[in-house]
Amino acid sequence: MQYILLLFLISSLAIFILPGWLKKQKALVLSAVQVVAFVYFAARIPEITTAEAKYIFLEWIPALGLNFEFLLDGLTMVFALLVTGIGALIFLYAKAYMKSYEGTDKFYLYLMLFSAAMLGLVLSANLIQLFIFWELTSFLSYFLISFFHEKESARKAAFQSLYITGFGGLAMLAGIILLGSVVDSYSLQDWINGAESIRQSNFYLPGLLLILLGVFTKSAQFPFHFWLPGAMQAPAPVSSYLHSATMVKAGVFLLARLSPVLGGTNEWIYIISLIGVITMLTGSYFAITQTDLKGILAYTTINALGVLVLLLGINTSESIKAAMLFLFIHAFYKATLFMVAGLIEKKTGTRELSKLGGLVKYMPFTFVIALLALLSMAGLPPLLGFLGKELIYEAKVQSPGIASLVLILGVTSNVFMVAVSLFFARKVFLGKPNTFGKTPNEKGAAFLIGPGILVLLSLVLGLFPGNLGTAVIKPALGVVSSEMIDVKLKLWHGFNQVLFLSLLTVFLGVVLYWAMLKKKKLLETWRKVNSVIFSIELDEVFAWVMNKFVQVAQFKTKIVQHGYHRYYILTIFVFTSLLLWFQVFVIRSWEFDLSFSLNPFYISGLAVVILGAAITSAVSRSRIVTIISMGVAGYGISLIFMYYSAIDLAITQILVETLTLVMFMAILQKLPRFAVLSSKRTRLRDFFIALSFGSVMTILAIKAVNVNLNPTISDFFVENSYNKAFGENVVNVILVDFRALDTLGEVTVLTIAATGVFLLLKTKNKKL
Amino acid sequence: MEIVLAIVVGILYTAGVYLMLRRSILKFIIGLIFMSNATNLLVFLSAGLVSGSPVFVDGEKINAEVMADPLPQALVLTAIVIGLGIVVFTLALKYKFFELTGTDDLDQLKKTDN
Repeated sequence: MQYILLLFLISSLAIFILPGWLKKQKALVLSAVQVVAFVYFAARIPEITTAEAKYIFLEWIPALGLNFEFLLDGLTMVFALLVTGIGALIFLYAKAYMKSYEGTDKFYLYLMLFSAAMLGLVLSANLIQLFIFWELTSFLSYFLISFFHEKESARKAAFQSLYITGFGGLAMLAGIILLGSVVDSYSLQDWINGAESIRQSNFYLPGLLLILLGVFTKSAQFPFHFWLPGAMQAPAPVSSYLHSATMVKAGVFLLARLSPVLGGTNEWIYIISLIGVITMLTGSYFAITQTDLKGILAYTTINALGVLVLLLGINTSESIKAAMLFLFIHAFYKATLFMVAGLIEKKTGTRELSKLGGLVKYMPFTFVIALLALLSMAGLPPLLGFLGKELIYEAKVQSPGIASLVLILGVTSNVFMVAVSLFFARKVFLGKPNTFGKTPNEKGAAFLIGPGILVLLSLVLGLFPGNLGTAVIKPALGVVSSEMIDVKLKLWHGFNQVLFLSLLTVFLGVVLYWAMLKKKKLLETWRKVNSVIFSIELDEVFAWVMNKFVQVAQFKTKIVQHGYHRYYILTIFVFTSLLLWFQVFVIRSWEFDLSFSLNPFYISGLAVVILGAAITSAVSRSRIVTIISMGVAGYGISLIFMYYSAIDLAITQILVETLTLVMFMAILQKLPRFAVLSSKRTRLRDFFIALSFGSVMTILAIKAVNVNLNPTISDFFVENSYNKAFGENVVNVILVDFRALDTLGEVTVLTIAATGVFLLLKTKNKKL
Repeated sequence: MEIVLAIVVGILYTAGVYLMLRRSILKFIIGLIFMSNATNLLVFLSAGLVSGSPVFVDGEKINAEVMADPLPQALVLTAIVIGLGIVVFTLALKYKFFELTGTDDLDQLKKTDN
């Protein structure tokens, strides 16, 4: 399995170095890679139905408990087949669709990398690893949505989706870590084994909510659904692949994956079902009033995602069976419709419903394909969609607790879907042909192969669904719900409650469609009513929040990064002295075991001189006085060094002090006089800050005298100075022998400083 | 005596911080010198004071008890020299800055260019 991922990664990069003749066919090459992967997975279907799931363990950072764990079981199989199978068709379609655009190399790179990330996600059996792939899909989605980055709307939509899915992803990571701490592992198997303790722990609800945030943002659930219509700025292959067939299903995948661990509780059932129902209804309701082809498809996708989430929330074997089947159904018809929409846009130059019409005359094959896909979306026999809708109704009938509500809303939303499907077909393909700039055609076989195959699958599998059920759905079901039930799919269920519901749905849908078509005013009024009732556009709210966030950040930066040097310094000193005082008061004691004495008196006298010099230097308004007082203090310190047995320090200090003074005097004549720049109050404030800092340093110094340093290092130097290094002055020996490399570093610093000074003084000024 | 010297350290720090908070760049540099002197004295002080017995050894008498500690001295010596390097460089920088802008006021130095 890991080699498939590697193959994807390598082939995504390899397109840049393909030889010329092959480079033109790069889409076909990548499509072939997808086919290889598809065959690889399909060939393993018998294994997962009979034997244990295939599991691969690779060490990554074992010290942190992070490992690569790949798992190929029934659930993974469903998604892997979708990712690679639809991927192969998408690349084929992209070859035709992307022909006229610049930068297709980049496009294929992103798309192939996305494919690898998505595959990695569904193969992950370690939750941290899953999170990494999850985030990768978000990033690649960002790059793909903003492929037409010259358009501001595309950039905006890309940012929006990145922020929302990124936010959800981080929440999910927090949830994973929280729940991981309960069983002390991020391995899926450990989670399943410790499911009971996870469900019992106090972290269950917060962890569940955080993970659900990730799921809901990724799978465009209410109230995060609005990023998906925005993402329609992407090229059609992207919408078809990421935003209907695969990436947005990642949330559904995670729900299914974690259902054995977190599922079955009341919290799980009610939260997820509720969000699912709302999303389902929102999606189908708003699909009706859309005017843009891809807009309609985006909202119907939201509807489908709501249905999937709802089914996993209901969490019975029936509902999960329906969900797994619906995954296929939806991927088949929705990917088809997105590809058709892209084709129509390409050939007519518009996606506006009002500008289209009568296309059946120019694009007969497209019409047939689109019609079949739409019928599947509407859930009419004999297509796979009908089967799915029957199963979903069945699951809803059986959903515990809120069955009647779920059922009523489900029928309502399906009525909308039927109406939308019929309306779509009628408006785009039938009716009076509109005049287009150029006559539309359906040249380019690559445009139609993908949709054709998918729609054929919808039809064939709808008529003969048996194998799909036993070979693919059943193993997946076994993974998710642990109890094995027989999956016998068939088209005709006999006369029962569910069939009656289907008939009712279709009837109402057709009535609604008729009304929309005949009463032209109806849709317009509907749109107007919507814009009044739902006057708050969520993506505007999002833009407002982001805008405010930036404003707050600017405001905060203005305060913190004000640009006044002395206030930065002031902040540092105030906080340092506060921390030191805190240390003195709270952690250290006030006891000193030193006695105060003024002996010998000449050192005390020296101290008084240094004090006087320091104060004079600080307050004097004359430059000369300031600098000379500074020199006095420095020479005073060198005398202290001398008295207390530090000959070398004294010599160095005298030399350095002299040099500094000379340097100051040399440039003093070129510098301005001191001006009175600060007010009295400022100076008083600075004085107290300085005094507070100085006094705490005094205490620190007194405390430091009592600290018992470990003398071994000093003893070593003293003992070996004469014997090994042949020097009598230990300090000298340390500097030039024991620690000679440090001294070399010091010399280097001085050299660099000298070079800097030389350059600064020598270079001529440019007039500014 | 340690207490008196500790007070000297404190006063040197006080003068250093006060000068560093001025708007004049020249005063800032002088503050820097006071700060580095104070720190050197602090490190020197923390090793304990031993008067009149510098660390000189020959082959025969090695008695670490009565001698000053050589390690802090070596450290402070390095610090003094590095301090000189910093001050000299800052002075040159300040000189150049004044030549270019004609001001000694740090408040004028708010942007990276102009």
